[in-house]
Amino acid sequence: MKKINNYQELEQHRQQLKKETDPSLVYISVCGGSGCLAFGGEKVAAALEKEIKKASSVKAQLKLTGCHGFCEKGPLVVIRPQGILYAKVKPEDAAEIVSETIVNQRIIERLVYKDPVSKQRIVKEEDIPFYKNQKRIIFGSNGFIDPTSIDDYIGIDGYSALAKVLKGMKPEQVISEVEKAGLRGRGGGGFPTALKWKTCRNAPGEPKYVIINADEGDPGAYMDRSVLEGNPHSVLEGLIIGAFAIGSSQGFIYIRHEYPLALRNFRTALDQARKAGFLGKNILGSGFSFDVQVNQGGGAFVCGESSALMASIEGKLGEPRAKYVHTVERGIWDKPSNLNNVETWANVPLIINKGADWYAKIGTEGSKGTKIFSLVGKINNTGLVEVPMGVTLKHIVFDIGGGIPNKKKFKAVQTGGPSGGCLPESLLDLQVDFDRLTDAGSMMGSGGMIVMDEDTCMVDVARYFLNFLKDESCGKCTPCREGIRQMLAILNRITEGKGQEGDVEQLEEMSGGIMDAALCALGGTSPNPVMSTIKYFRNEYNAHIRDHKCPAGVCKALVTYSIDPQKCIGCGVCLRNCSSGAIKGAKKKPHKIDPKKCIKCGICYEVCKFASVKRS
Amino acid sequence: MKKAEVDKIINSYGADRSQVIAILNEVQDEERYLPEETLKHISERLKLPLAQLYSISTFYRAFSLVPKGKHQCTVCMGTACHVRGSERVLSELERVLKVKSGETTKDREFSLDTVNCVGACALGPLVIVDGEYHGGASPNQVASILGKDKSTAKAKK
Repeated sequence: MKKINNYQELEQHRQQLKKETDPSLVYISVCGGSGCLAFGGEKVAAALEKEIKKASSVKAQLKLTGCHGFCEKGPLVVIRPQGILYAKVKPEDAAEIVSETIVNQRIIERLVYKDPVSKQRIVKEEDIPFYKNQKRIIFGSNGFIDPTSIDDYIGIDGYSALAKVLKGMKPEQVISEVEKAGLRGRGGGGFPTALKWKTCRNAPGEPKYVIINADEGDPGAYMDRSVLEGNPHSVLEGLIIGAFAIGSSQGFIYIRHEYPLALRNFRTALDQARKAGFLGKNILGSGFSFDVQVNQGGGAFVCGESSALMASIEGKLGEPRAKYVHTVERGIWDKPSNLNNVETWANVPLIINKGADWYAKIGTEGSKGTKIFSLVGKINNTGLVEVPMGVTLKHIVFDIGGGIPNKKKFKAVQTGGPSGGCLPESLLDLQVDFDRLTDAGSMMGSGGMIVMDEDTCMVDVARYFLNFLKDESCGKCTPCREGIRQMLAILNRITEGKGQEGDVEQLEEMSGGIMDAALCALGGTSPNPVMSTIKYFRNEYNAHIRDHKCPAGVCKALVTYSIDPQKCIGCGVCLRNCSSGAIKGAKKKPHKIDPKKCIKCGICYEVCKFASVKRS
Repeated sequence: MKKAEVDKIINSYGADRSQVIAILNEVQDEERYLPEETLKHISERLKLPLAQLYSISTFYRAFSLVPKGKHQCTVCMGTACHVRGSERVLSELERVLKVKSGETTKDREFSLDTVNCVGACALGPLVIVDGEYHGGASPNQVASILGKDKSTAKAKK
């Protein structure tokens, strides 16, 4: 692509692209998100490509796009303009898709999505409840564009916000627009973005730095990955606009090593933007110059914290520091540094293009816009969902998520990652926004939403998060390093049936200490999973401590498996699946579990079709 | 790794000290650990004290100072995988391979590690063997996940 020197040339190029698009062309968009690729999406795309080439009469173009969000049903194939969605597509289906659907305009029934609730088959993507109930202003473009093509992005009005800013807005105007829109940081804290920008702009010291935080470390959250993989230019455009507003000429992206595709696609985007003249000297003839450096993480959760991340960019250990001086004043190499999360940056071009008034109409009083959540765990429709702030948990879990699989009962939803908490059924009507989640003892975090059913033990969940944090604590401050370890020891004891009266009170007391005394936000919020489970699921703690029972049957030390001889028909399924050889029995005779050999993995319980394996 | 190859990596980052993590990542990807000699060389080239490199190599999870096995087996321990039973899959892997997470089998065939989340939550519980994703893993599939060759896995029991 040749360099674009000014705004007119950008518009001309866009018009040219639109002119070149053949309206009769059929687009087959194959999801290339991490989930679909793992299900074999790339093979599906290759097979479709081959079939399209074979059928010479077919005017179709294949696009391997970023994540569509509906990971549960991958690999996904969407045929446009009709908007037909095919789920769980295999490479073998490619020939039929081309000959039947593209050529003969016929729907292939077996590939059509079947709603888990209504059992109906739904042909069009837009009619499927999972999509219909969302508002996909950030994430929606993912399904339409090839993330490795800058022209695709320009074709959907990409870089027009940047042009608008550079052409006729002052930095202060940009900041005030973002302020009016009410944008708050999507990385976890929900800090007002415009305020951060303003402070950084006004902080003494040159140069100033802007940073994309793509060290998405919360387990169960992968929206940043999917935005970066699927629409990297939108994040970059936001960053360039932010840099202009703040007065920065050097940007960074700090990206997790575990996300190789996001890294690759973002690097491609950077190269393309440099060639096109959106990065470098004198961008679009405005006199503004800016470029971006890529830094990779090394697999440390704590590096998602701003001061730790900045230390890591300097090539040091990713340890946070006390923030009596904020990073917006003294960050990378002690210079003013403004860090925002991937999703926050992606919101910026939208605010500029559509205006703060339009944006501020979406959401609640204190939380504007939409939020992308990763809806995962014990849920029918696993995937990424984008909803306006303020919708209820129930709407997300049941209307979009399709409820809990296998007719199990909903127990809790965990939000906010290791810094967040577990919300019980009684809070399903809670409107999801920054402030309400915090009031309820959880937090927005980066947007992980892990659904738990009756088979999930809440004490075990608390133990899981502390175990995670024990490994991920950087070790710099004592409250976090030692406090988490001690709290984990108590929780381990409880899950092993050795809990004592007073344990819960001690956990609460230690939580208070850590919250007050830890150095960084990650340490300070680390007791949240414990506090919230104690608050809402105290009875489960009591069952473990007083009755030595795990009501959900998860804590190994507290459960035993046995086979009910009345119900067992001796089919041998459990015996074949038992990996420790603990099940014995002759064919068609009731089987028995040897408790000495049983490793309590629970497989027999799951595979038995006659409910004859008992867990107690 | 030959010095020249390490130099190539270092030069591609302009011998920039702040890119030390990226440089170590590339060495780790290539060698599957960080050999002492290589660390010494990087230390000289970047003019970073070896002690500082050691502290970086032990701080970040991605790095290992001991050689890894021929095959890398990684269990995702993200929350979504956890609630779907990843811990049971991990303990079965530990039992079958006779190593703890973070260790390598004596014959250097398998290294077993955990990862906090790879963002493929729809597939949980997830086990990754040499880059290949095995979704919906359960303890009784462990043998087949490990071996294209079932008999090897069984023989290890």
